[in-house]
Amino acid sequence: MMALLDTRARDIRNLPGVGVTAALAVAFLYAPILFLMLYSFNGGRSISRLDGLSLRWYRAVFANEEIGGAALNSVLLAVIAASLATVMATAAALAMVRMRVRRKAAAYAVLNFPLMVPEIVTAIASLIFFSAVGLGLGFGSLVIAHTTFCIPFAYLPIAARLTSMDAGLEVAAADLYARPLRRFALITLPLLAPGLLSGWLLAFIVSLDDFIISSMLAGPGSTTLPVHLYSMLRLGITPEVNAVSSLMVLASALVVILSGLISRRKT
Amino acid sequence: MKLHRLLLAPSLGTILIFMALPIALTTLYSILSPAQYGGVIWQPSGEAYVRLLFERDIFDDTLSFNADYLQILGRSVVQAGIATILCLMIGLPTAWFIATRPPAQKSLCLMLVTVPYWVNLLVRTIALLLMLRDEGPINGALQSMGLADGPLPLAYNNFAIGLGLVSSFLPFMILPLYAAIERFDFSLLEAAYDLHASRWQAVRSVILPILRPGLIAGGLLVFIPGIGSYLAPDILGGGKTLMLGNLIGMQFQGSRNWPFGAALSTVLMSVTLIALILVARRAAREEA
Repeated sequence: MMALLDTRARDIRNLPGVGVTAALAVAFLYAPILFLMLYSFNGGRSISRLDGLSLRWYRAVFANEEIGGAALNSVLLAVIAASLATVMATAAALAMVRMRVRRKAAAYAVLNFPLMVPEIVTAIASLIFFSAVGLGLGFGSLVIAHTTFCIPFAYLPIAARLTSMDAGLEVAAADLYARPLRRFALITLPLLAPGLLSGWLLAFIVSLDDFIISSMLAGPGSTTLPVHLYSMLRLGITPEVNAVSSLMVLASALVVILSGLISRRKT
Repeated sequence: MKLHRLLLAPSLGTILIFMALPIALTTLYSILSPAQYGGVIWQPSGEAYVRLLFERDIFDDTLSFNADYLQILGRSVVQAGIATILCLMIGLPTAWFIATRPPAQKSLCLMLVTVPYWVNLLVRTIALLLMLRDEGPINGALQSMGLADGPLPLAYNNFAIGLGLVSSFLPFMILPLYAAIERFDFSLLEAAYDLHASRWQAVRSVILPILRPGLIAGGLLVFIPGIGSYLAPDILGGGKTLMLGNLIGMQFQGSRNWPFGAALSTVLMSVTLIALILVARRAAREEA
């Protein structure tokens, strides 16, 4: 703020200290992750001294069936939850953006509700609910819980894309006697595709990211990768932990970059 | 049924049935009696809320004031509050910097601050612990430069938890602030100076009103998940200092007192809702 006060100088755009803070912020966000990734390539067992570089911990991770199983659960769960959430969010966005909806504000509040609830509350509320209705713990409960909290993440990019799309094309199709379903399949859906994809990717990564809800709901056979990684920490941070973590960083980075490229092509 | 209802029903229904209803059920569970191995007995009881403030003597059933849980609640609020202020102090200059770059650099910078948010929170927390450990690179550097004799206690304390919260939620502060500054027409500031506004007046009546929505959104987005955060205190605090999220989690794992956990969760949910309603009402008043 001090810097802000000294702004009689002509160019307000370059305040002193602002660039340095931004650089420090980026360093603060990235340094730990990069450090962890570097040590995942350690040739030795240490996590504080580098003994040459090797891929031995990655080989160990890929040979570990438990980790493989948990990773498969995570990906399967994220694909199913993201797909279900995207379908429901698309339907909701079509109604909210293109149609007259009574009590729109209330519907909007419900759609965004999962974003407002602290994760730990969702986690234990789901645990209570699923044991009360007799569904218990396991993959089924995980799918339902993940789909639910993924809905707003899928909804936001889809609704944004729909809002920025020219409704005129759809009107023109209607004028040319295209029936609603045909109009949707031939005009709306192709134009909406980038929004659908970034909504799906966002939901996918949010599902992959979740730890606390999954740890409350996962049954014996349905452990997800973050839950398994957490259980590995009981032995402290090991090179295997670093290798699994690095692979997860890589997966997130790929999805985000992909999603960024798609949204850049939007216009 | 009308088409728009048909389209809205699946998403709204899913959220209401699988999120709103469970939260309502949690509130109901908070006024029931605990069963021995988790779960509840359907017998109304206010014990869970009494336990928040009082300790019941196991022999003569008398209540004595017990500040332990209140302390954890207070610590959670303070930690989340400090993290929010730190995020603001780092996030505001960062957002300002990004918003004043040329367009091509802007999207790159934005991507740079958003990517870490999408990295798994557990992984980011582990990475931070790796940095802060006694044998970690920070302590190593300090010692080899002769700035410290032994390792500084950077990990497993409130400092580490605070740092964890800041790194978890910093992008949440930067993005809304960026959105607010982005919309700012810098010629307004020059106009204020041309009209002989003092620096303070310019900040107060030109910059602050434009930042306000971003400040409020960023503040909420850091503070609310901060209070209930689980991983940062658990991993960076070394399990020594609890926050509300851990206390809630424990009631469903080791301690197995579901009504007490439900009551704590109801308290957290109420705090969250009150904050959201206050902000929404204020925003509505400003719009009017």
